[in-house]
This record gives sequence, structure tokens and C-alpha cells, in this order.
Amino acid sequence: MTENTLEMETLVYERPESLADVTTHYCPGCTHGVAHRLIAEVLDEMGLRDKTIGVASVGCSVFSYNYFDTDFVQAPHGRAPAMATGVKRTLPDRTVFTYQGDGDLASIGMAEITHAAARGENISVFFLNNTNYGMTGGQMAPTTLPGQKTTTSVNGRDVESQGYPIRVAEFLSTLDGASYVVRRALHDPKNIRLAKKAIRTAFEVQQRGLGFSMVEMLSICPTNWGMKPVEAMQWLGDKMVSYYPIGDCKVHPAVAEIKI
Amino acid sequence: MARELMKGNEAVAEAAIRAGVTAYFGYPITPQTELLEYMSRRMPELGRAFVQAESEPAAINMVYGAACTGKRVMSSSSSPGVSLMMEGISYIAGTELPVVIVDVMRGGPGLGNIAPAQGDYNQAIHGGGHGDYNAIVLAPATVQESVDLTVLAFDLAEKYRSVVIVLTDGSIGQMMEPCEMPPYQELKTKFPDWATNGAEGRAKRVLTSINLDPAAQEDTNFRMMYRWQEVEANEVRFKTYFMEDAKFAVVGYGSCGRLALTAVRAARAEGIPVGLIRPITLSPFPAQAIHDAAGKVESMLVVEMSTGQMLNDVLIAAENQCPVEFFGRMGGVVPFPDEVLDEIKRIAKGNLDTKGTARDRWLARMNRKK
Repeated sequence: MTENTLEMETLVYERPESLADVTTHYCPGCTHGVAHRLIAEVLDEMGLRDKTIGVASVGCSVFSYNYFDTDFVQAPHGRAPAMATGVKRTLPDRTVFTYQGDGDLASIGMAEITHAAARGENISVFFLNNTNYGMTGGQMAPTTLPGQKTTTSVNGRDVESQGYPIRVAEFLSTLDGASYVVRRALHDPKNIRLAKKAIRTAFEVQQRGLGFSMVEMLSICPTNWGMKPVEAMQWLGDKMVSYYPIGDCKVHPAVAEIKI
Repeated sequence: MARELMKGNEAVAEAAIRAGVTAYFGYPITPQTELLEYMSRRMPELGRAFVQAESEPAAINMVYGAACTGKRVMSSSSSPGVSLMMEGISYIAGTELPVVIVDVMRGGPGLGNIAPAQGDYNQAIHGGGHGDYNAIVLAPATVQESVDLTVLAFDLAEKYRSVVIVLTDGSIGQMMEPCEMPPYQELKTKFPDWATNGAEGRAKRVLTSINLDPAAQEDTNFRMMYRWQEVEANEVRFKTYFMEDAKFAVVGYGSCGRLALTAVRAARAEGIPVGLIRPITLSPFPAQAIHDAAGKVESMLVVEMSTGQMLNDVLIAAENQCPVEFFGRMGGVVPFPDEVLDEIKRIAKGNLDTKGTARDRWLARMNRKK
């Protein structure tokens, strides 16, 4: 056995082609990197890298266009589903996805995501929910849990004056236009594997022209939560999952037939 | 080809289709809605993209996304709706994408009314969206000109990777006139070398308006300004009427240019040597033509359906070479040609009181309730 072959055989993990070979700006421990990698792995597996246009949003993921080796456009705050609609309607044979955080999607962009889902727009949405506005330094988001402290809810979110969180996946699942709406979490290997399978399903839905798909991914923000990454993972598993249950909110019968 | 009787808004829609628009995204608002309705019928039957968006911000961002693919794309709206689009227009300008927007102006500010007005001149010409950018603004005065300028708008948008606004109003959008449609253009099949259409066989492309490094942003600003200088050098368009021997000049655009022409003809019939300058490109503004005219005539009269928004640009261009007077109606009130004729007669008498500003003098003459 030559040395070269040995190297080939022991290579068990490498950067997906759809992921650019660059250092990200994300904080240590942030789950954006995990989500990016999962999407890139799926694009590789499906051979979609050079047929895909990603739509970046505003927030921590604003620079996600730097981290994928696919064509990318960058939308104004909350408008990614509208921009994705414009790309997809003009180039229906290309794969189009948005990558949005909870401030972007669940607050300023609520109209755009709702109507993209209602129209059954044939796009895939990856929604990272980390219960706060990360990029601007940890303000309260629509997804902030009751009692959760942020820089704009310093004594903890008071539902009397600041209202209740929005469960986006459940909300969108009420729309007939939505074909595949699920919630996953990124806090342990099992859930990360399930998240990847959901991402794959979302792209398969789009490839088959079955309409709107969204994978909400519960994510951590150790910097703004003021926790170590491991603590943040535990907090996600304990606190977030009980408010935002992991599961399938809407799976159209035609989607259920997809075997991965 | 035979001339057809068509409504302004529908003629613009059909002209855009002939010019090869691939995708249209809009939202209902009076007095623009016929354009949306027409597109909802025609685009699907031609196999082209049409979406009635959930809002104007959504519509302009659909346009933004579609423009990133390098195809011919457009939206249309009316004043309050265009205000809502301004965020997206700034992003589109910052990303240097070719986009055509039709603004069928109505009375304002606020919800205002649905009657014709020109109160959005400043918004269209002097920005509207945030940041340093210029949009090309074309102002038709007839249905035929709306058709011709819509076709031109797509060419200019592509030539300069610019936002082009076709600025009409409720009267031109709603009136029916005979017009001749242009021939059908082939839809573009080649992608420009900046389009994001999937990175097959090439390096990936990113279209964005973000530039965190101030020096890089400044480079973009400079590049856009040098390109704008080209637009200013090559694309100024205006029309003059009876200016050869004119001692007085009226300046008006769109509906006002049209009704001012009626007044100018009536004045000529009474022997008053008056002419008309009708800017067709409001941006780039025909400053040189107005400057030259100001050096020749005894005085000028600017007529607008606003508080004198273009007046400021005329004053800058005229450089105090002659007195400049102003006459405006607002809020959806369209001036009668007779009102303009009275103003022409007034300036033709000479001995103009030039105390205060042209706007002050106009307000004093109007003598309305404070």
C-alpha cells in the first residue's frame, strides 16, 4: 500500500465544495457554522452547487454569501423571501434558498415569509432561531422566551408589556401553500443529523416543484446570551426546546413520499 | 403599424412587454392599477413572470431579485407606493442593477388623493432612497411618449446599470389616446457577465449593496458618479416649441408641459413671442438648454403641479440671467391652460416685481387662506 493511498483511505472529513475555504466572522461556538456546513453538504450531495442562488439576509448571517461557494444575492432586512421569489420566478430551473435569522424573518420580514409560504413559492427557507438580534448586540426578538434577559428586556421579557414569542414553524404550517415546514435543533449530534435530513428534504421538495419548504433550526448565541458554548447548548436543549418543540409542523402528503 | 386607442397605463404595460420585460411585480394602487391588471393578463399568456406582491416593499424586492438574474424586469406604482419602494430602490441602485419603475403620480403628501400631481419630483430626481445615487427619470407628456419612453427606459437601464423611473401622473396614466406600439423585441437569452444565475463553469458571483470598508464604498460611489457623468453627457432629452424667436420661455414637464403648450399656442395667437421648454429627462436635467434660453429671453415661467420642485433646478440652471417666475397648482388640482395663459400675459407685460423668491411671489399672488 502506497503512502498516497493511505491518505486517501483515512480522509474521513473534508470541507464540502459548496462551502468556501474562508474563515467566518461568527463568534466561537456559534451554530451558524454548523447550519452552513449542513446546507453545503446537501448541495454537494445533490449536485446543486453551480445551479443554486442563495439569498442572504440582514443580521449575523448578512455575510453568509462569503461562506458558500454558490452564487448569492443579499436582501434588505426581512425581504429575502421576496427577493428569492424574484430570482426563482425568473429562473425556475435554478435552486433558490434564503438563509435568515429570527429578527429578520420573524419580525421585520413577517409579511414576506408569510406570503411566500401562502403562494407556495418554490423556494427553500433556512431559518435560524437564536431568540435574539445577534448582529446588533443581543436585543429582544419576537422569538425571545418569556423572562429571557436581553439588552432591551433587561429584567427578562415581560409578556404583559412585551408580548409573547412567535412560533414561526407552527404559524406557517397553517398555510395551505406551505408543503414542508419543520423545526429542528443544532445542540447535539443526533439533532444535527436530523437537521441535515430536513435540509435535504427541503431541497428535494424544491427539486420536485412541490412548493414552499422551511426548516427552522434552534440555534445558540453564546456571546449575547452571556454563556459558554456548552452551557448555551444545554440551555437550548432545556429551555428552547420546551417552548419550541422539535418536530414536523407540516408535511404535505406528496412530500411524505420522498425517500432519502 | 396601425395606431390604437389605448389608456396610458395599459399602453405602458404593452410597451414594456414589447420591449421584452421578463418579469413584472406590482401591487394595486390608484391611479396605476390598470398597469398591474394588464400585466396579470398578458404576462402569463406569454409565459413570463407575474406576481401580485403582498406589498410595495415585497414587489420592489421581487424586482431586486429578478434583476440580479440580468433579465428585463419592472414594477409600477403611484406616489405612496413608490415611497414604500424607496428602500429597495436604494439597494438596487447600490447594487448597480438595471430596473424600470413606473410612477403614476397622485396628489399628496400622505394618502392625499388619486388625482394627478407632480409632487414627487424631488423624490424621484433628488434621491428618495437613502445614500448617494442617481436615477434616470423620464417624463412623458402623451400616451405615445409614455410608450416610447418605456422602451427607452429598458435600454438606458441596461446601458448604465441604472434605476430608470418613468414618471407619469394620474392624467397621462388614465387618459386614452391613439398610439403606435413598438415591434416585439426578442427576450434576452444571454446573461450579462455580472448576473447571478448559478455558478456553472465559472467562479461564483455575489450581488450586494453592502460595503463595510468605507474606502471600498467610496470607490463604488466614485464609480457610480463617473458613470452618471456619462449619463449627463449622453442622455439629456428635452423638447422646445416656438423657442427660435421667443422673448419669454415657459418651462414645464409631463402634463404641465402639455397644458403649457396649449397656453403658449394661445399666447402666440395673440402675438406674444413665447416658447416652451419641456424637459423629457428630468434626471439628467436639461440644465444647459435652460441656461442658454435664460441668456436669451426676458423672463421665464416655470409651471408645475407642485410647490415648485423643478423650479429649484431651473433657478440653478438659469443663473440669474433673467427673472424666473413660478405658477403651480397642487394636491391633485390640474391648472387650466387659461391660468397659464394669464401668467404668460403677466410676464410679457414686463416690469416684474422681483422682490423675494419666485415661490414667495407666487404664494402672494395666489392669496390663499393661511
